[in-house]
Amino acid sequence: MSARETREAERGVEPRTTATRDGDPRAYLDAYARMVLIREFEQAIHRLFLKGEVHGTTHLSAGQEAVPVGVCMALEPEDYASGTYRGHGHALAKGTAPEALAAEMLGRATGVCGGRAGSMNVVDLEHGLVGCFGIVGGSIAAATGAGMSAQRQERVSVAFFGDGATNQAYFHECLNFAQVLELPVVYVCENNLYGEFTPMHAVTAGGEIAARAGAYGMPFAVVDGNDLWAVHEAAAEAVDRARSNGGPTLLECRTYRHFGHSKSDPARYRPDGELDQWLARDPLTIARERLLADGLAEDEVSAAEGGARQAIERACEAALAAPYPDPRERPGAEFAP
Amino acid sequence: MSELEFRAAIRDALAEELERDDSVLFFGEDVAAEQGGVFAVTPGLQERFGTDRVFDTPISELALAGAAFGAATTGMRPVIEIMFGDFMGLTMDSLVNQAAKLWYVSNEQGSVPLVVRSAVGAGGRFGAMHSQTHGTWFQGIPGIKVAAPSSPADAKGLLKAAIRDDNPVIFLEHKRLYSVKGPEPESETVPLGQAAVVREGGDLTIVSISKGVRDALQAADTLAGDGLDVEVVDLRTLRPLDLGTVLGSVGKTNRVLAVEEGPRIGGWATGLLGLLAEAGLHDLDDAWIVATEETPIPYSPSLEDEFLPSAETIVESVRARLGTGVETSA
Repeated sequence: MSARETREAERGVEPRTTATRDGDPRAYLDAYARMVLIREFEQAIHRLFLKGEVHGTTHLSAGQEAVPVGVCMALEPEDYASGTYRGHGHALAKGTAPEALAAEMLGRATGVCGGRAGSMNVVDLEHGLVGCFGIVGGSIAAATGAGMSAQRQERVSVAFFGDGATNQAYFHECLNFAQVLELPVVYVCENNLYGEFTPMHAVTAGGEIAARAGAYGMPFAVVDGNDLWAVHEAAAEAVDRARSNGGPTLLECRTYRHFGHSKSDPARYRPDGELDQWLARDPLTIARERLLADGLAEDEVSAAEGGARQAIERACEAALAAPYPDPRERPGAEFAP
Repeated sequence: MSELEFRAAIRDALAEELERDDSVLFFGEDVAAEQGGVFAVTPGLQERFGTDRVFDTPISELALAGAAFGAATTGMRPVIEIMFGDFMGLTMDSLVNQAAKLWYVSNEQGSVPLVVRSAVGAGGRFGAMHSQTHGTWFQGIPGIKVAAPSSPADAKGLLKAAIRDDNPVIFLEHKRLYSVKGPEPESETVPLGQAAVVREGGDLTIVSISKGVRDALQAADTLAGDGLDVEVVDLRTLRPLDLGTVLGSVGKTNRVLAVEEGPRIGGWATGLLGLLAEAGLHDLDDAWIVATEETPIPYSPSLEDEFLPSAETIVESVRARLGTGVETSA
């Protein structure tokens, strides 16, 4: 029994991840439902954007759901995570309520940040989300710093970031920093093959992102980012290592975004057939088939899907009915008192 | 009365806050090394507080600032040292886009109690990339405080206040002040955002910060010999900016000179005069600035001495501006 397990046993805490590790399909059913929740959320935001209810721009993560959900399955609720401007999935996987996130997208007073953050900059400290960052690579530093706290609080910190971020100073400085200080951080690269409109391979020397960790003496793995089970297994190993003072890990999760980079991007740069190839490997389809193959009944799976759909419908209805924040009622304060 | 050296004031403030609060951490480049940094400010802190709380880091300013942000957001109170203020350019994204914004953008879910200490200022023949003062780089960023003490007592009190503050604070230590000695502080902390009238007078207000305050005080002594009664205001912080204290002084003297070690265009002094004009034009008979040329800071002693404001250049400027026939209250 690890030191942590002993402590938890003393506190009477159920070792939450054990069932999952043993492959209990019901834990994966919950995770699948969360993936459906993210997919439904992104599609709803897409529709609301076209109706003019979501303002500015937004970056959708449909197609990448298995990564944040698989990683967050391996975390405890008090662990930390940071996300990107393509961060709706990061927030929902970490525990942000769909109502609060939808209202934030719509700029409403009931949003998780009261309408001050919008799509790209969501913060939800109650659920350990230290922030989503509009600057490529920002999440890497935030999670590294949270890792310094985590090291003292017996927690773990996770950074979600894209392939584009691996060419930022943030990536190289922070991986070295975390390795030198042996911080309990899991660096999760969502390699969706494109940095904005540019193919990853055209702007990334050395060919493989995961291998960059090797230069820092950091353990790394390449993971099928569309396979919930594969992501969870790799994340659980990395989280275990971090929790047992084994330092950081880099996971390169290979995945694909179904939409373009942002709302202004029809993604015409994709080669013919590429999207279809990836749609055939849709993480939701893979998870559904696996759950059925593992013995879950069709009705159970359908019920989970229906529940997720309804949750998003309700969240959007509530958001649309919520008031906009009134600047006179609650003026912003520059500083914390 | 015992005298406190500026660098000892900084070290004492750090030691007292490390002692007082377990969540305070101190890290940076060479800060834990035996000498205690390139300006020998922090020797002995690692021995006293351990390698978990005081430690050296890679030369990675962006990671340092980012790590401080993430740690501050999750329960720590990090103090980091960015060795020279000139290196602050490398930290900008994390401080400007992350640390300064979290409190407001998160709808006040949490704040970012971090401090970034740096050695700043020219006069040491360090050249164009080791002599700048980055106060104005950050003054225009809502959500971040900028402090620059002028005396050992203020250095200690402001740094202690900065470490206890729940917001990010950029803390500027002028290299030419490290060996200055002065009285011990009279209070535990000095509040951020409260200027001090450090010399009273009725004819002219000189406003400055950091080393400029010492130069202004010295100039005021000389000008007193001319029969000019100078009031000196130490802003202490550039953000929050205590406009009220300056307005109060100008209401009395009707003349203001702002002295800045930095360029006039985009400088804090220029901004201050704008705010004074907006709020107190009826009180102003004259307002001007002593600043540097609009070039990078030169290396050669003959060039650097000419470039920098000093007590002498302040005296010359006041005499030239007000002439000998100035009507004084004396």
